[in-house]
Amino acid sequence: MTSSTVTPPAGRVTAPRRRRADDVAGLGKARAGLFVAPALIIIGIFLLFPAVWTVWLGMTDYRLTGLQAASPEFVGLENYTEALTDPAFWNSLWLTLIFVVASGIVGQTLIGFGLAWSVRNITGWVKALIEGLVLAAWVIPASVASFLWLALLDRRTGTVNALLGTEGAAWLIDHPMEAIILFNIWVGTAFSMQLFSSALSAVPPSQIESAKMVGASGWQQLRDVIVPNIKGHILTNTLLITLWTFNTFTPYLVTAGGPNGKTEILSVYIYETAIPGGQLGLGAAISLIMLLINLVIALGYVRVAQGRRKR
Amino acid sequence: MTATPAKTGPVTSVARNRTVRQYVARVLFAVLMTLVGVLFALPMVWLVLAPFDATPTLSLEWPDWTLDNFARLAENPYALRSIGNSLILGVGTMVIVVGLGALAAYAMSRIRIPGRDGILYALLLLSSIVTGTAAMVPTFQIITQLGLINNYVGVLLVLAGGILPTVIFILKDFMDSIPKSYEESARLYGAGPFRILRDVVAPIARPGLAFISIWTIVQVWGNFLVPFILLRSPDLQPAAVLMYTFYTESGQADLRLISTFALLFSAPVLIIYFVVNRRYGFRFHGGIKS
Repeated sequence: MTSSTVTPPAGRVTAPRRRRADDVAGLGKARAGLFVAPALIIIGIFLLFPAVWTVWLGMTDYRLTGLQAASPEFVGLENYTEALTDPAFWNSLWLTLIFVVASGIVGQTLIGFGLAWSVRNITGWVKALIEGLVLAAWVIPASVASFLWLALLDRRTGTVNALLGTEGAAWLIDHPMEAIILFNIWVGTAFSMQLFSSALSAVPPSQIESAKMVGASGWQQLRDVIVPNIKGHILTNTLLITLWTFNTFTPYLVTAGGPNGKTEILSVYIYETAIPGGQLGLGAAISLIMLLINLVIALGYVRVAQGRRKR
Repeated sequence: MTATPAKTGPVTSVARNRTVRQYVARVLFAVLMTLVGVLFALPMVWLVLAPFDATPTLSLEWPDWTLDNFARLAENPYALRSIGNSLILGVGTMVIVVGLGALAAYAMSRIRIPGRDGILYALLLLSSIVTGTAAMVPTFQIITQLGLINNYVGVLLVLAGGILPTVIFILKDFMDSIPKSYEESARLYGAGPFRILRDVVAPIARPGLAFISIWTIVQVWGNFLVPFILLRSPDLQPAAVLMYTFYTESGQADLRLISTFALLFSAPVLIIYFVVNRRYGFRFHGGIKS
């Protein structure tokens, strides 16, 4: 897999060896600019501008309703001091960290790798079934997936309570964080599984053979042959999963941040502050913090990707 | 299987021990895989069974088979309309994104614009940073200021802005792989750039365009956050938001309606994924999923 997020279908036309002059279609610079402009304008207004505007919004007392909605005032860094001194913000950041590490980095990556490793040598319907189930969990739209989990964990008639014989156990109230962590693992493991599947199939079989010849155990093969070979993939996977898990809003559909803010990860916290809470300025300030964290993760990803390309 | 004491010496004993161990490992492996399979399947069984049950509950039970629920769903004024709304948003975004993306990707592929690769990577980076909730507040503000709240134009533009960088990136790859000799000969016969793009490049790039079109529709089909924030009236809501409304706002949840609707809403993307994917070897590796 390349570093881009999507792998195009196989069987595309290969480029000719011989380099030809540029601009074979007689496009000309001006017309080329005209071709590129509409896309760039949309990206500029609806992607770039919001990011920049967050900086300004975060320094105003913008509200959804009332006086500040009509004429917001500049308040400087007040929103930032308010956010950074609010225990609810730090609590939310802490919950996000737990969520990202447990469900993304540990859960999805390890289970995804475990699945890819387990099914690498088996063929036929077992492999198709396991991969199909994991993929289906990923493909089902988020609002359906979250209802399926509400049904699964329901207090009175949920399947989990029926299977475990724990009638009346309120999983979403007593263990809300564990619930959304498992939910997110269920939803997202497919990506890691696919990525590691393609990574494992690219490990030279001769290296594994020679490791077996000298009597390396399965664990030693994994540590000394497989992991060094797929190091780049592991990093890519970890960074992408971190970015996505950090930004996901889907847990809101399961627990709505509750009970008592116990599952109020940062994305939910921003939503609650800005839209139902109406404090757009404060929400924008926290958004900027989130954007900066995203930037750090993404720059890490770029560095890794570039390092891989150079080798 | 029990390991019988070896009678013929240590060598066979070792060999037998190994086969025993391999056998046990294989059984354990099979048990583990079954367990994982069951854990992943468990939440989905309800989605497959409940819609066909005359009296569905939240628990898993063998259905009292019926198709009545689907007939009832057709009578619900919001359900089918919301599926139509999802289709409008999906196809609308696809048209914008594929049209503008193809133009931009083609120009970027054929003309050496200074700093082109840098721009492309910056855009891709931007789209992965300014995503989902992090961009929610300013996006909401912009759409409010433009007066496009509760309007499909706003939703379409926001969705397109988020998806376009990835689309341009992938399509440029496709355009790069198209031999330039075709365009040269077309030009010799006097075809202009638009004509070349439409009659020469587009047909060759068709696999790429088809892939991007389907990928875009799948992305938009499941998107919850953007329409959830930018749309107000229930008439306009796509299925992703209506599904959520169904189980949060309707006092006593109507499980016959919810289960059937959930299946109808999930089926298209599942079919696209498993049929089209298998057939044409498409692989949807993530992307913008929020």
